[in-house]
Amino acid sequence: MEFLLEPLTYDFMVRALATTAIAAVVCAVLSCWLVLIGWSLMGDAVSHAVLPGVVLAYVVGAPFALGALVFALIAVTLIGVVRNTSRVKEDAAIGIVFTSLFALGLVLISVTPSQTDLNHIIFGNLLGVSVPDLIQVVVLGVVAFAILILKRRDLTLYAFDPTHAHAIGLSPRRLGALLLGLLALTSVVALQTVGVVLVVAMLIIPGATAYLLTDRFSRMLVIAPVISVVCSVAGIYLSYYLDTASGAMVVLTQGVVFGFVYLFSPRQGLIGTRLAKARRKRAIATATAR
Amino acid sequence: MSTPAIAVEDVTVHYGDVLALDKASLTLNHSRICGLVGMNGSGKSTLFKVIMGMVKPDSGRVLINGQPPVKMRKDAGIGYVPQSEDVDWAFPLSVRDVVMMGRYGHLGFTRRPRKADRDAVEHALERVELSEYADRQIGQLSGGQKKRAFVARGIAQGATMMLLDEPFAGVDKRSEATITRLLRELADNGATILISTHDLHALPQLCDEAVLLMRKVLMHGSPDTVLQPENLAMAFGLDVMNRG
Repeated sequence: MEFLLEPLTYDFMVRALATTAIAAVVCAVLSCWLVLIGWSLMGDAVSHAVLPGVVLAYVVGAPFALGALVFALIAVTLIGVVRNTSRVKEDAAIGIVFTSLFALGLVLISVTPSQTDLNHIIFGNLLGVSVPDLIQVVVLGVVAFAILILKRRDLTLYAFDPTHAHAIGLSPRRLGALLLGLLALTSVVALQTVGVVLVVAMLIIPGATAYLLTDRFSRMLVIAPVISVVCSVAGIYLSYYLDTASGAMVVLTQGVVFGFVYLFSPRQGLIGTRLAKARRKRAIATATAR
Repeated sequence: MSTPAIAVEDVTVHYGDVLALDKASLTLNHSRICGLVGMNGSGKSTLFKVIMGMVKPDSGRVLINGQPPVKMRKDAGIGYVPQSEDVDWAFPLSVRDVVMMGRYGHLGFTRRPRKADRDAVEHALERVELSEYADRQIGQLSGGQKKRAFVARGIAQGATMMLLDEPFAGVDKRSEATITRLLRELADNGATILISTHDLHALPQLCDEAVLLMRKVLMHGSPDTVLQPENLAMAFGLDVMNRG
């Protein structure tokens, strides 16, 4: 008990835990669609490409989310243009656009007089979350979460069968754009927690882990955030007691849990499926021996 | 004369430099089942996309019940059964979930199903004989059952027009018979059905008419006429019926 309560006596730890929990939930819910559509690389790209937007928003005093959205849009448009109008394939187009925009962000930071430490943006600054930071994370997190949950059925239809979505009068393009917009919002939320480099982990690992545990999308939407929150909180406690980097510890915990599920998941796990195969073989062998 | 269900008028479509449809014209009436025959790259998929309004023709136009396709889409009247290769069978959805997606066009902002929608889904599952498999993940069905699940989606949707892309590829005889019977029932109730298929042997039992497509409509008539070897040779450039 003492072990769990001691860190909570520090305000900065409480804020760190709250921020992480919110980011963990929103990212995890979004990740369920990203892993199924095959947008993991897109998640990586958008989460990096928002950086110049965040810096410019900081300079002019606009909300970070606005700058992030604008640059997410620019990134996605540029990727589409490069892919469609040259012989360069999509993965290369993504790689070129997001690294260039990320680099632009880094350049902007280096010429912007501010207290914002580059390291904090790259690796997150969990223990330095201020009250206004927390409020922003709460507002953005709640907005993104609400939209995702309200539109979950349309988004799942879009992920599964966009042609059918079109045939019944929905707009796959608009649904795709909605998902990308939410990706940009969510990237801003998670930026604070684990930093630009590791955001993509929060946007992929929980959904991928849940996917290995269930055959129902509705259950993925519960399992992913639960795993993500537990891992994130555990990661922060571990970083507190082991005195290690907090954002990295959060991601590392999620990675370890994924590895565990990958090996031991009853239905999809490596060991479970191997055992089932061996059992079937033995059953057939006994049956034929008779 | 009544308005045709589908009227494709001189439609030309290019993908970049590639000509996919070249002044294709096709008129199809209500309550008819029409087989669309042509080799890969003959424009079958493009024709489907044009009818659904997913691809805008460079020239020519498409009318569904005398109106632009968008009207029919908004009424959720077009049911679509995709080709197997176009579906992610590992997607974590149950058969019932997939059939419910047929109802989305009739539902509100969050697509929360009401009792009438759930009833429509159960009824559709019964008609395709998949009720006992309703809770299975879609990938855990046989090839024929998978197709029936998507036909059920169109039935739950109340589609008055069904587009089926290769519905008999990898399908067992029982499922083929069930699907054939269902499509006939739907057509008898006024639905218009367009099927793209490689399965030329099944065509005469299944279809009222057949269309031979090679970027343009080469021929449109009874299946027996269209399947004459000399006509097929025109579309395929070889004698397919004897190839097995």
